[in-house]
Parts: sequence; structure tokens; C-alpha cells
Amino acid sequence: MPDGNVPFERRVVRPASREPMHVETSEYVYDGSRTTRPAPGTTWADAPCPALRADAAGAVVDVNAAAGALLPTARPRAPLADAVPAWLADAHRRFVTATRPTDGERRFGMVRGELAGRSFEARPTPAAAGEVVWWLVDDTELRLAEKALRTEQERTAFLAEASSTLLTSLNVDRCMEVTAELAARHLADAAVVVAPAARRHYPVAYAGPGGVVRRRSVHADPAAVPGLSEALQGFPPVPSRWIDPSLLPEWAVPEGLSQPVGSVVVTPLPGHGVPAGAVVLLRRDDHRAFDESEEVFARLFAARAGAALSAARLYAEQASITDTLMRDLLPPSLHQVNGVEFAGGYRASGAAERAGGDFYDVHPGEGPGEESLVVLGDVCGKGLDAAVLTGKIRNTVQALLPMAGDHQRVLDLLNGALVNSHHTRFATMVLASVRRSAGRVRLRLTSAGHPAPLIVRADGGVEEADTRGSLVGVLPRVTSRTVTADLAAGETCLLFTDGITEARGGPLGDELFGDGRLKSALAECAGLPAEAVVERIQMLASEWVGDRRHDDMAVVAITAPRTTHLSAVDGHTRGRFTA
Amino acid sequence: MTSTRPAAAAQAEAGAPAIVAARERLWHAIGEGDEYAAVEVVFAALDDGVPAESALLDLIAPVQHRVGVEWAANRLSVAAEHAASAINDRVIGTLAHHPRARAEPARGRVTVACVDGEWHALPARLLAEVLRLRGWRVDFLGAQVPSPHLVAHLHKTAPDVVALSSSIATRLPMAHAAITACQAAGTPVLVGGAAFGPDGRYARALGADAWAPDARAAADRLAQGLRRAAGLAAHQPVDDLPHLADQEYTMVSRTRSELVKEVLTVLAGRFPGMRSYTDAQRRHTAEDIAHVVEFLATALYVDDAELFTGFIAWTAEILAVRHVPAVSLTHSLHILGGRLADFPRATAMLTQALSALPEAGEDA
Repeated sequence: MPDGNVPFERRVVRPASREPMHVETSEYVYDGSRTTRPAPGTTWADAPCPALRADAAGAVVDVNAAAGALLPTARPRAPLADAVPAWLADAHRRFVTATRPTDGERRFGMVRGELAGRSFEARPTPAAAGEVVWWLVDDTELRLAEKALRTEQERTAFLAEASSTLLTSLNVDRCMEVTAELAARHLADAAVVVAPAARRHYPVAYAGPGGVVRRRSVHADPAAVPGLSEALQGFPPVPSRWIDPSLLPEWAVPEGLSQPVGSVVVTPLPGHGVPAGAVVLLRRDDHRAFDESEEVFARLFAARAGAALSAARLYAEQASITDTLMRDLLPPSLHQVNGVEFAGGYRASGAAERAGGDFYDVHPGEGPGEESLVVLGDVCGKGLDAAVLTGKIRNTVQALLPMAGDHQRVLDLLNGALVNSHHTRFATMVLASVRRSAGRVRLRLTSAGHPAPLIVRADGGVEEADTRGSLVGVLPRVTSRTVTADLAAGETCLLFTDGITEARGGPLGDELFGDGRLKSALAECAGLPAEAVVERIQMLASEWVGDRRHDDMAVVAITAPRTTHLSAVDGHTRGRFTA
Repeated sequence: MTSTRPAAAAQAEAGAPAIVAARERLWHAIGEGDEYAAVEVVFAALDDGVPAESALLDLIAPVQHRVGVEWAANRLSVAAEHAASAINDRVIGTLAHHPRARAEPARGRVTVACVDGEWHALPARLLAEVLRLRGWRVDFLGAQVPSPHLVAHLHKTAPDVVALSSSIATRLPMAHAAITACQAAGTPVLVGGAAFGPDGRYARALGADAWAPDARAAADRLAQGLRRAAGLAAHQPVDDLPHLADQEYTMVSRTRSELVKEVLTVLAGRFPGMRSYTDAQRRHTAEDIAHVVEFLATALYVDDAELFTGFIAWTAEILAVRHVPAVSLTHSLHILGGRLADFPRATAMLTQALSALPEAGEDA
């Protein structure tokens, strides 16, 4: 930040006097106060501390050797205004006009100012006849050290703040904004963060003097900014003094700078092995130019910002890859299809996971009279490995849709595909073919080693579909029995995985949720819309496990709508729900 | 659509006869489970000139509130409550397609979510729709969002603010984890819902950046802008709640199943009648005791005895409505008090809750 202080020059002023210390000349003996003790062994004349005696009228009475070397015009009887800088002459006037200064005022009387390019403390002591002796103490080194310490403390505090702020977000845009904002607030009047190009467009974040951050995408040649294309490639920064601010293109200067740019620093943002972008620092021409230590410090900041940006970019890339790969593994969202309500709910075993070994799909029939095929299943195992296999099964079932009229055939073909694959895992599943017919919903249900579907009737009675079959992917042949069932308005068929019934918990902590609890929960769901049934069952099972470990849990409700005109308010168009 | 209206105007609208009548019709349609009729009621109100925000907050929200009241009074089954919520949810979804409910995104981006374990998504859904109407770009994540999902979403979309909803006080520790996680990801958090207390006291205790008593107030508060708190990356839950260092919450919540079992065993010894309980009765008793322990743990978490006493008083009322004598509740508290005698904060809370109940009578 520019400030009003002019830095002290590091110039060594050697004391002029090298006289022996024991020489005593009476005219030089300090006799400021007759009531004080006699003068100590050393003398006024050759004291290493410059001293000056002035009278109440403001004229020099005497100077010692050190002061004489420092103030060549301070001859006896010279007016102070000619002999010493104004700050000292003013202080003298204030001191002699003060009546009977107290101790406090005497200390206050200590003033500080510059003399011959160095910083001095001037301490007054009253002498005889209203005269004052001014003792000049050179504190240049102390002041420089203090200033350096303050700068370092500010910089350390800033770096700590920058690090913790930069570390909060793994979002690339947010990181760029934060970098620009911090740089504009602490290092310059304005800052521009340029990220590596995506298809020849450079994402750019601007921060102006007001702390306002803007982002936009710039289609431009970075070479137009001296040093920028080098910085974007990670080459060392070009020294500020080599950059002519007047050559900056318009896009490289944020709005809101009230003065032309006076100095520019371009610093690369080093990432994890690859450049994460560059930051351009700008200062107005009426403010101090960047000095070398500021450029070095900007690089320290840039190292932190670059690491944060790079981490955010890596995270975004990984998250995007994961999203793409997971898209087909996530449970689909279900809607009403051909006059039948479908709703599904899924909870993966790990809180951080979104997919697991349970799966479901609804493949809508071609038209209102056609069957839709619902598949719900469970691959042995949990986590991503299991999820990958569910993806294969879901794809295979999709390919087998033309055979969906014969569940046994679908299971045979699927079994063949799984037995011959290199996976050692197996799966259980339920197939449900669903068709609306004359105000009712007709189901064909087949279980392959899976818990049988439950049907809740309008009166609250709960039935278990009498279908049984062997699991898929182990033996060369699978057997199964398909049953049919009809749903009247308000009745629901529930497909579920054993993650629900085998959920362990409850008030005592170690009980199974169990078939009985599931059935009595379902009995309360007569007449409910499909979403409400799924929500109710999911909620009860989730509350049952609480924060304990659990398996993947999946449920699908197939419901015959209670009101015939429900399809009229169906806001969704039918389509492929397996995404 | 104007973004802010004087509160008086909003109140006048809420009490307007047209809305009061529509509310009654919507209540009836939902009672019948008739989604079609419910949508018609709301669309008719919009066509009559009721602003979309008012349809959400003065028509649908009060009806949903009434569903909860009726359930508490035992006049509505839990399942019917789910059905009503599902229909209201669909109505809200359909309302978004009405021409009067269109809005252009002109403000920032906001994420609206329920904390993990919170299944009542409707209040959050209403807020999401109100914010959309007021020009926000809204990502609605729905019920029970695990914190890892929420944080991943924040990193992906970098919203200006997160609005978190929680209605059940026992989710407060979860809510705290979610608030801390969002703030650590550099996003300020506004919270709302009954869990945070009528005056939002738990919102403050858990370090939320803002609290709002209802959707309108939340939208107004967000319109003022919420500053991102800097440097909270190293923030820990115990920084907000130093009393957690005494481990009382941790001990009670970790041993809650054992506590429930012990209370049940001792109760069964004192009330031989419990042996003839049906499975359902036994289950209800266990669930009630589990709730008591859960609320005690939560009260220890936020260090507020009022929370526990309030729950006990409410439970006594619910039991009374369901014609269950409160005496087993009183005994349960005494038994818990015996088990937790080494925990000064828990002991004080149990004592205060007991003083709010009538003394255990002879009618066990």
C-alpha cells in the first residue's frame, strides 16, 4: 500500500569528533541547572550525542562537536530557524513558552524528526537563564527495524488470512475471486487474475479499489500484457520496472480505477506442477511504484493462491469425471407413467456415497396399454465396485427389454451374461411388469432370490406376492415363478431390498427392523400416493438405524392412483428414466 | 413481482377473505387426497390475483401447518400427514408452471437444503420457491441432505449463501455439523425451522450467520446480503459450545441404547402391568423413552434446560391426548436421574423437567 512516509535512506553518518574524552574545557561544561550535581567525568564537547544549547529568544548559544558536524550552520548566535530544521526550531519555541513544564510535559517535549537524511529524537533539558539544551539521539536504525518488523507482521498476518480464506473453497471461480480480492486489498490498488485458457477464452477475475469483484471470459492474446503469456506458462516474472503501464490492453485494467495505471507487476500463480494462472497487480500513477521487496512478497502470496487454485481445479476436474461416470449409476427419479404412479427412494450405505449395490429402474411402456418394466435389485457387496456391477446389470436388462414379456427368459439371459463375466459377484432382483387396464393396475411379479414384493390393499391389508426364484449369476440355470396381481385405486405394490428389513437399530439399538415392522408400516400406507409411501418407509427405516452403520436401502412403490383424473395434472412427460 | 412489501400489506393479504376461503377449500381437497382439486384451488387463487408468494405462504403453508396441528391432536394419522405433505409438494411443483409464478433470476445463487435426518422438506421447499420468485437462482437439495453431499454441492456451485432447514430439535447436533461444514467451505449460512427455537436462540448458539422465523423473513434477510465469514476454516464445534468439553453430551448420546434398556427394565420391575403390554405398547414405551434420552442429549449439546423441559411438557400433553398416564414419564426421568447422577448438567436438567410435571400418582 502506498503511504505518506518517505523511507529513510540507509546512509551511515560517522560522528565527526574523535577527540579524547577526558579533555575538559570549562566553557563547554554543561551547567543547565546550578542545583544539579556536578558534571560527570565526560564532557559536553566530545559527547558522542549531538547536543545544542539555545536561548529563550530562539538563538543558538552553543553546539558540541557532534552537533557541529551535523548542523554546519549552527554557529553561536545564529537564529535557530537558520541553524536547525523547522521541526526542531518549532519544538524549541513550544518548550520555552511552556510555563514551568512538568515532568510529563518534559517527556512530551521529546520530538522526532529528520536531520541530514537520518531520523533523530530531540530531548530537551532546561538550562540556566531560560536556555534549553537539546540532545539529539540518532534512532534511524531503530526506526528502520521497527518499520521492517511492522511490515513483516502485517505481511505474516496477511499471508495467514490469505491461506485460510483461500483454503475454504474448492471452487475455481470462487478461488479466483478471493485471490483477486485479497491482492487488491493488500498488495495493490487493483488486481486481475487470469486463469489458463479454456478453448482460447481466458477466465479473468477483476478486483478494483472498492473490493468489488467481477468475473468474465476474455478472448484475447495474453501476449498483449508484457510478461503475462510467460507467467501463464510458469516462467519467472518480468520485473515491474520493465513493464510500461501505458501498453496495457483495456481488458487487463479493472473498472473503477480513478487514475491511470502507474506501475504493474505480473506474477505467475504456480500450481501443483502446472501453472494455475497469473495475477496482474496494478497501482495508480499517483501512488508509489512497486519496489523489489513488494514484488518478492507478491510471489509469496501468489504461491499460496496458485496452490489453492490448482487444488480447486484438480477437484473440479475429478468431480466432473466422477459425475460423468456416476450418472448412469445413480438411481433415476421416477414419475407417473401411463396412469401408474412410480416412486423410488435410495440411501447408500456411506453418507458420502450416492450409489451402491442396490439399484432400480423403470422402463416405461411404449403406450398407455403397454407394460412398463420395473427392476429392483441388490448386488452382493457395497460401494463403488458393487455400483459398477449394478450399471452392467441395468444396461443388460435394458437390452433385454424386448423379451420383458417373459421374465424367466430375461433372467436366463441375464444369468448367462453374469456367469460368463469375470465378476464373481451375484445379484438378487425383482422384475415387475406393470400395465393399466380398465381402472386397475395389472402386475406380473417375479423374484429372483429377492425378498418378495408386498402389496397393501385399500383396506390396509398387506399381502406378500407369492413369487420365488433363484439368484442370478451363480448357477448355470435359474428357476423362478411369476405371479400376477391387480391393484385397485389407492393400492400399492412395494419392492424393497433387504437393507430395509435388515436395518439394525431401534430404541434398544440392536433390533432388526424386520418384515413385521415393514408390514405394519405399510398397512398404514393404504390410499397414499406413491411418493408418500416411499417417504414413509424410508423415513421409518432411516430413523430406525439412526446414525448407526447400515446397508444400502432401496424402495420402489408402484401405486394405482386414487383419483382417475390424476394423470391430467401429471407435469412430467414420459421418457427414459434410466438417464 | 415486487420483492418486498410492507408487512402490513402481507398480513392484510394473509387475512383476506378470498385467501381464508381458499385455505378451507385446499384443506378439504387435501383431506380427500385429491391432488387435482388441490391444484385447482391454488390456480384459481392465482387467477384471482393472489400473488404467487402469497399463494405459497398464506395459502399452502398455513394448510400444511394445520396438518401438523391435527396430527399432534391425534385427529390425523401419521400416514395421512405424509399424504398431505406429498400432495402439497406436488401442488407447489405445479404452481411453478403458472404464468404468475414466473421469475427471472436477477439476484445471486442460493442453496436450500434440510439437514441430515430432517424429513420435513416442505418448509424448505416453500422457501426455495419464494426465493425463486424473488429472483434468486435456487438449488433445492431436498430432505435429509448428508453434510458431505452438501459440501460437495457448495464446492461445485459456489453459491452466495446456504439456507438450512431443521424442524426437529434432536437434529441440532447434525445441524451444527452442517453449519460448520458450510462455513468452512466459505459459504455463510442462514437457518430456519422450529428446531432453532422460537427466538432463534440455537441458531446463535450454533454459530449460524443468520436466522429467520419464517420464509418471508428469510427472503428479506437474504435480500440484505449475508457476508461470507472469513477465516473460519479452522473452526471447530467446541469453539461455539465450550461446555461440550465436559463430555456429558458424548456420554449420554453414545450410551443411549443402554440407557433406554435400563429404564425399561427398571420400569417393568416397578409396574408389573407392563408385562401384559402388547408388542405395540412395548414398542411405543421404548420409543418414548428413546425420545426422552435423545432430547436430553440435545439439551446437553446446546446447554439449554428449557429445551428438555419444553419437550417433557409437550410429551405429557401428547400422552394426555392419547389417554396415556404421564406417570411412566415421571418414573423414567427419576430412573435416568439415578443413572446420570455423576453428570451435573444432566442432573440439573432432569430435576427441572420433573418440576414441570405433576407428581407421580398412585394410578400406575
